[in-house]
Amino acid sequence: MDPKQKHAGSLARGSSLISLATYGRPTGFVRPLVARVARNPEPDAERQRSAAIVTDGNPLDWVGAERYRAIVTSLPLARFSADRALPRVPIIHSAKTVEHLRSGAVIVLTPQSGRVRTIFRPDSLHNFLFATERCNSFCLMCSQPPVDRDDAEQVQINLEAIRLMEPAPSQLGITGGEPTLLRDGLFQLMAELKARLPQTNIHMLTNGRRFAWPDFTEAFMAAAHPRLTVGIPLYSDNAPEHDYVVQARGAFDQTIQGLHRLARYEQAVEIRVVLHKLTIPRLHDLAQFIYRNLPFASHVALMGLEITGFTRPNLTKLWIDPHEYQRELHSAVEYLAIRGMNVSIYNHPLCVLPDDLWQFARRSISDWKNLYLEVCQGCGVRERCGGFFMSAERQHSSHLHPIVAQSSCSTVC
Amino acid sequence: MPRQFQEAVAFGGDVSRYRLLPFRFLALDLRREVLVNEAGEYLLVPTGTAEQIVRRKIDPHSDLYLRLRARQFLFDDQSSPLLDVLATKYRTKKSFLDGFTKLHIFVATLRCEHSCLYCQVSRQSADRRRYDMSTETVEKALDLMFRSPAPHLTLEFQGGEPLLNFDLIQFMVPRAKARAVESGKGLNIVVATNLAVVTDDMLRYFRDEQIDISTSLDGPAFIHNANRPRPGCNSYELAVRGIERAREIVGPEHVAALMTTTRLSLDYPIEIIDEYVRLGFRSIFLRPISPYGFAVRTRSKTGYETARFLDFYKKGLSHILDLNRRGIDLAEIYARIILTKILTPLSTSYVDLQSPAGAGISVVVYNYDGDVYASDESRMLAEMGDTRFRLGNVHRDDYQTIFRSAQLVGITDSSVVESLPGCSDCAFQSYCGADPVFHYAMDGDMVGHRPTSAFCHRNMEVIRHLFLLLSEEDSERSRIVFAWIRSKSMQEVWPEVLV
Repeated sequence: MDPKQKHAGSLARGSSLISLATYGRPTGFVRPLVARVARNPEPDAERQRSAAIVTDGNPLDWVGAERYRAIVTSLPLARFSADRALPRVPIIHSAKTVEHLRSGAVIVLTPQSGRVRTIFRPDSLHNFLFATERCNSFCLMCSQPPVDRDDAEQVQINLEAIRLMEPAPSQLGITGGEPTLLRDGLFQLMAELKARLPQTNIHMLTNGRRFAWPDFTEAFMAAAHPRLTVGIPLYSDNAPEHDYVVQARGAFDQTIQGLHRLARYEQAVEIRVVLHKLTIPRLHDLAQFIYRNLPFASHVALMGLEITGFTRPNLTKLWIDPHEYQRELHSAVEYLAIRGMNVSIYNHPLCVLPDDLWQFARRSISDWKNLYLEVCQGCGVRERCGGFFMSAERQHSSHLHPIVAQSSCSTVC
Repeated sequence: MPRQFQEAVAFGGDVSRYRLLPFRFLALDLRREVLVNEAGEYLLVPTGTAEQIVRRKIDPHSDLYLRLRARQFLFDDQSSPLLDVLATKYRTKKSFLDGFTKLHIFVATLRCEHSCLYCQVSRQSADRRRYDMSTETVEKALDLMFRSPAPHLTLEFQGGEPLLNFDLIQFMVPRAKARAVESGKGLNIVVATNLAVVTDDMLRYFRDEQIDISTSLDGPAFIHNANRPRPGCNSYELAVRGIERAREIVGPEHVAALMTTTRLSLDYPIEIIDEYVRLGFRSIFLRPISPYGFAVRTRSKTGYETARFLDFYKKGLSHILDLNRRGIDLAEIYARIILTKILTPLSTSYVDLQSPAGAGISVVVYNYDGDVYASDESRMLAEMGDTRFRLGNVHRDDYQTIFRSAQLVGITDSSVVESLPGCSDCAFQSYCGADPVFHYAMDGDMVGHRPTSAFCHRNMEVIRHLFLLLSEEDSERSRIVFAWIRSKSMQEVWPEVLV
């Protein structure tokens, strides 16, 4: 390995990632349970019924502990129940930590494993509903490899989570898996979102294939949230190349037809292109295809590769140093931008981009997996830079460098 | 069994038997030809490529093949032809047809204090009763206008000099607005005026009523005043003063100017363009003269060969591009219209270059005497004694009679380039249009004869010239061209980095 790369690859001191899960010992329940975190006593019985006591102290000291939906504590059971009768409430005790659980967060308590998973943080802009683990594509660079598992329970968890979110988040994502595989479950989610969070901007990631079927799209649009954007990936202007990347024959035709079907309903759609060795060669042609065939797209996001999930076994097929595709990226961004298309660059640190592309770079990486590397120390534009995925420790550009003056690019590149 | 990744070949198919989708082609020069598909998407390729495509000689692994497939020139067993997508693109290109007649021109009066060499219609007369539109005619014409199914209408006052009948404008504007509210339609109002007789009171009225101004400016004083004689020989001075006052009172974004190219103009493209820049205009329309009305009669003074106009046009365009490169924003409107057709998936709303022609179905003219014409050119022809394109009269005929008249059906029938001889197989078909009134005036036949048609000659050459410009496409030229197309400054189209 290049020594520079190794040096850059270690975590910068002071970077701390946000924790989204903790474990403890479960008792008193057999099915997953969703609750809103209460770090302080809730004022009335109604709110208590939807909240989980979360404490490092003795939960039985809380007035009316038996009325709460659940209890999560770092104390072992023996420490607080020795001389007192346990309320008939689901409990996870001996939790490794509850420090990260703030009031208002929505958590899922899992029976067998004792896992406490955070699915909503009121102070974050990066909240997602994980719709399903199933998928009808099998993308070479999938960051969330699909699992063929029954998702009926997941729908119920998400419905309950929506009811517990407060205050209403300004934005909320739906991801998976392929959410459209839920069909009625997805329509239910949309209806709940429309009823409970009408002011929230909803973003749903989907491969868009199911929208090729008019009756599906009609039913979806009848349920759809008014502030929904549908994000759909597209990897080539030619069917066989796109189908290869998503590992599904016929996917390109379905996705294009799906996009057009959604456009008939004036549904806002976003095109997402992940940049890697297979998509870079035709990137300019893809930009042309998007402008001529999908001019209604409200946003085009050109995205850096995340080295996780399926990308790891397929890394030799996919990896190209972002430094090496700046000419192609520049030409695609310029092509779309001068035509008035709303285009963004995601997941690229500023130091790999030519400075006239900085205006398109967004801080796109979700807070819980976003970090800066040791090489970023002393960088003058870190505050504007989107930084890295957690997985960048493993693989990243060999051309990272701190930017000391605003115009230093010319001295480095 | 767990799913496994498959190699790229697994997603291929038989490409040996590719099939063609409709496209047309044309030699651009000795080395290159241009291929255009049904939705107006084009490829510039080496000469002989069209033949190779048709003979199934294109290597399916070549970049060219992938481009042809992605742009719907051909399809194969690896993918569906996505005909619905092609149909949607075609429909989008033809969406100027939606809503039927949108531009309604009212000849408020035929009187004018100018006696322009190329003017087709105006009269120098004090006889208001004879040449002014009456309030009865206005009411009847508005009835017809608001029968149009379009959700958004444009009303344009023309003449003559419409400001000589300002009372009528004041009578008509509130009535048109009331009908727009009643029918739930949007309404734009434009007044086409030489600004010679405009007063500040009139300009304040336009400001308060949100009426746009379209004026005439033919270039510097020596050209403008020669083209547009009036008592005092001061048309230029009055126009410039009027433009300045109008910008001050109504606002610069509400004042546009049109120029007409006469024989005199042909030698001065640079001077004309620089005059527009000097006066702060952001666009100029290098417009050829219409061969109607007095223009035909005074042909010796104003008329010219198409080739000379093309030379003028190309020189002008080249000068505009130079200005743009120096950071001066100026668009050429005819190029903007054609480039929008070539380079974007969008439709254009220019009624003089569309198929079927805009006459009657996109634009209609209510003459001062209540006669209804399919276009401005149609009423000019009528002033010369040929009423062939008169669709009816507002006092005698109803909406159905006028807009389903044999005349209008005939015009529309004769202006579908997809089926006209000489146009049906032309590669520039998607970018062009038909002008049945022009061809009738020239050849006595609405279809016309392409090999001798000045309309065809001019448009073929302009489009070919634009393709030659596009073939040297560089980053800067793309930015210039899309600044025109999007009516933005170059800085807005691609913001330069602020270091």
